[in-house]
Amino acid sequence: MRRAAVLGTGQTRHGTRRTDVSMTGLCREAIDRALADAGTDWSQIDAVVLGKAPDLFEGVMMPELFLAASIGAAGKPLLRVHTAGSVGGATAIVATSLVRAGVHRRVLAVAFEKQSESNAMWALSIQPPFSAPITAGAGGYFAPHIRSYIRRSGAPSHIGAMVAVKDRRNGALNPYAHLRQPEITLESVQESRMLWDPIRFDETCPSSDGACAVVIGDEAAASSSDRQVAWIRATAMRTEPTFYSGKDHVNPRAGAEAAAALWAAAGIKDPLNEVDVAELYVPFSWFEPMWLENVGFVRPGQGWKFVESGETSRDGCLPVNPSGGVLCSNPIGASGLLRFAEAAMQVMGRAGEHQVTGAATALGHAYGGGSQFFSMWVVGRNP
Amino acid sequence: MDTLSAPLTIAFDYTRSLGPVLGRFMAGLRERRVLGGRTSDGRVHVPPLEYDPVTLTPVTDLVEVSPTGTVVTWTWTDHPREGQPLDRPFGWALIRLDGADTALLHAVDAGSAEVMRTGMRVRIRWAVDRTGHINDIECFEPGDGPPAQDARDGQPAQTARDGPQAQTAREPVTIMTTPIRLHYRHTTSAEEDGYLRALADGRIIGQRCPACRKVYVPPRVCPACGIAPDEVVPVADRGTVTTFCVVNVPFAGQRLTPPYVVAQVLLDGADIPVPHLILGVPAEAVRMGLRVAAVWRDRSAWATTPENIDHFEPSGEPDAPYESFAEHL
Amino acid sequence: MNEVAVIGFARSDRSVTTSGVETLVPVFEQALGQAGLGRREIDFWCSGSSDYLAGRAFSFVSAVDAIGAVPPICESHVEMDAAWALYEAYVKILAGEAETALVYGFGKGTAGELDRVLALQLDPYTVAPLWPDATGVAALQARLALDAGMFSERDMALVAAQREEASCVEALLDRPYTSMPLREHDAARVADGASAVVLAAADRVRGRRAAWISGIAHRVDPQGLGERDLTAVPSATGAARAAGLGADVDVVALHAPFTHQELLLLRALGLPRSTRRCPFPAHAMFSAGLSRIGAAAGEVMSGRAATAAAHATSGPALQQNLVVVLEA
Repeated sequence: MRRAAVLGTGQTRHGTRRTDVSMTGLCREAIDRALADAGTDWSQIDAVVLGKAPDLFEGVMMPELFLAASIGAAGKPLLRVHTAGSVGGATAIVATSLVRAGVHRRVLAVAFEKQSESNAMWALSIQPPFSAPITAGAGGYFAPHIRSYIRRSGAPSHIGAMVAVKDRRNGALNPYAHLRQPEITLESVQESRMLWDPIRFDETCPSSDGACAVVIGDEAAASSSDRQVAWIRATAMRTEPTFYSGKDHVNPRAGAEAAAALWAAAGIKDPLNEVDVAELYVPFSWFEPMWLENVGFVRPGQGWKFVESGETSRDGCLPVNPSGGVLCSNPIGASGLLRFAEAAMQVMGRAGEHQVTGAATALGHAYGGGSQFFSMWVVGRNP
Repeated sequence: MDTLSAPLTIAFDYTRSLGPVLGRFMAGLRERRVLGGRTSDGRVHVPPLEYDPVTLTPVTDLVEVSPTGTVVTWTWTDHPREGQPLDRPFGWALIRLDGADTALLHAVDAGSAEVMRTGMRVRIRWAVDRTGHINDIECFEPGDGPPAQDARDGQPAQTARDGPQAQTAREPVTIMTTPIRLHYRHTTSAEEDGYLRALADGRIIGQRCPACRKVYVPPRVCPACGIAPDEVVPVADRGTVTTFCVVNVPFAGQRLTPPYVVAQVLLDGADIPVPHLILGVPAEAVRMGLRVAAVWRDRSAWATTPENIDHFEPSGEPDAPYESFAEHL
Repeated sequence: MNEVAVIGFARSDRSVTTSGVETLVPVFEQALGQAGLGRREIDFWCSGSSDYLAGRAFSFVSAVDAIGAVPPICESHVEMDAAWALYEAYVKILAGEAETALVYGFGKGTAGELDRVLALQLDPYTVAPLWPDATGVAALQARLALDAGMFSERDMALVAAQREEASCVEALLDRPYTSMPLREHDAARVADGASAVVLAAADRVRGRRAAWISGIAHRVDPQGLGERDLTAVPSATGAARAAGLGADVDVVALHAPFTHQELLLLRALGLPRSTRRCPFPAHAMFSAGLSRIGAAAGEVMSGRAATAAAHATSGPALQQNLVVVLEA
């Protein structure tokens, strides 16, 4: 199979309301940074792939159409991906396939969400006729699964708070992060309001405006880059239904099978020892131990112990979300691409203050829908 | 026989942040001035583009153009739709304003299609109340020369002679509100239809997948097998709480007042839980394995809706053992 | 050398719910039956649909239920006509990441007021707030072409007559305008529906009947209705050139929601008006483009044509276009 690499990444400053920019300006803030980071100009971009979550969030049907000219897609192929929360990851994977298929030399992948144009909770709570008015909100959907995890694994209640403290402190080192809270403590998280029991306020992601872009190139493009690139060693996507009888919402089969396929394709036999840093899609802090188990870093039931031992902090054996992750910035459609981009930044050595020393192999991970759409990649300093 | 259907309206007032170029354009409209964006090739675009189509660099040079222009192409609509600029028959047109190189789309209040023609001269009719919105242009009307209102309300027309200072003195518009309201008809599947009609009789039914034999409530195409269900199976109106969440937070679109418990309830006879409210017990007393029974609304209020079941409450039976529902988490 | 072929196609104009599930189950069965594959033999699934058509966020999610995705599958979705999902699947096969793929599209265009819904595709700051109806936007394009003398209203009626078969041109021209210069027959009937196409890599085609993809490409134009020349369709021209479309193709299946757009497309694609065209029965949003590919493939697989081309469009006034060239 042909090789592909991340040549450069870019992201916006993420925030609750980026009222200083339009949707176009938001995308361009990320794209311009990615092009500069990749040392690429517009003429070298052969195609554009745009990812975004539901169109109802911005009230624009297929916004890539009105954005086409401003994001440099005019006269070129433009694809619009939408795979729910995993869409950012899927966007990068589609762009990777375009390069690996030998169709294009350099592809721009961009993902955004401008949540302040409306209210995501509203858009997600639209109830079709004939349905019961049992709305619980986004956290209300996932809280029961967290309760199940706690019941199944016997995890103590402070694990979620520990993850929150770690991620928010990490975010304080990331100049683009929406939430930057260097002063946060275990006690302050545990004292924060209980929103969707067992999820507390400080254990939830914010609602953000933001965008992310990456330039993916073929082997020739990577070789002609005078900067370190992030070689895409493997990608994987898996899907299962939202609900079905016997579905494991705690340890979803689609996530586990995507990860198994990913490790196999990357030639990784022992993920915990061979991966240096992971950017996992953790919108509620408890999902860190759950995903650690699901992707196979640790065995089922062991995720919380690994977190408790501090091994996922920046100086642990597997730093998880050194960028601060989704808990610090959540422009939904872009959140997955941010995970993928942050993984690439780590192996390119361009993660600034949140750089993990010596990171050579990194995981980018995203999921969406009812824990049913999974997308992942492994990037490395070497091919 | 048609399955049950009902209207669905989705409505939200979107808040669009405009950025530097569109923000100035909208501020201009508020002041009854039309600003175009000049790009690297010297062309003036109205509405302005945020990025130069050739160089892809940000557009910064905004220049005022005339409120009068020429129809490039047009059509006529006899039946104005919700949200359109005029509520009487009108023309849509692409209009190239004098001083611009591109055309903008707007409505022309021409009275009749016979008046419309390519090449006709039209001018802006400004809205009386202007907020920094594309609707500050109420519409266009046939005519050459400056908009009639400029003379009528005694204010001098804002033109380029105000100079650059006047332009920069006016604050760009930051946010523009755009109401979006759409109407749909929601139609149920045959399985959902049967389920709702049973509910109207005070019964809960599921359907069994012919392949995996699992009973789904509400009945549906088996998501695990991708096969339409067949055998209709009665399901009890009592069951077991598998897992749950205490909702303490208010949010947009919410229809209940927090705090309340939303639980996954595995009804006896079903192979998949349904989400429902647990009331009649303090939130802190709800637990995994709790046995619950449906509390139906008064029979006189029953209709083809899941709302016939108001909520679930403890049935008084002993808790179900964890193993009995562990595979439904 | 051709590497990917269409080996199965099915469509339905029956639509029950906006989720598409009930419609898709039999469509999958039929397409897989034609391809001679079981659903577990599909390496990659890819779909196209729209939340705004359904009036609900994440509307494509429940369509996955029609697949029976346990054990989990490799799957993706585009918020576009499913013709672009086919492109994504084609690329996956080229990249060696899959050998077989099932592509599907679905939509219930009659669930909402399509003419208003499509206004939301326009610039959200300066155009969409005016709620221009989709037919009105198309009419602006038609008049530009008529004013430029590219064709006549009679030519447009001729296209409609071919679509409706029984209609006579004179009778059509006697009908009133709906959005001048468009009459009712100038707009394809909006339909509900779904379709599915099965693709396979060369190794998996073996003895099956197949329509080989000799070229496929897509392009997008800037949207601005007053910015671009609405009578030229550069994205279609560019896609046709990149896909290797020749003027001598035996038959073409065009995705033209309006009669004047069929005429504009023939010019843009470099095809003579005498080119045999597959009838465009109805416009089933988000599966129509994929169905055109299926129809063209059917011409090749049945032996009625040695070469065929299909076209799909998306966005206002033919903004985005895809071209596939198929051969026996």
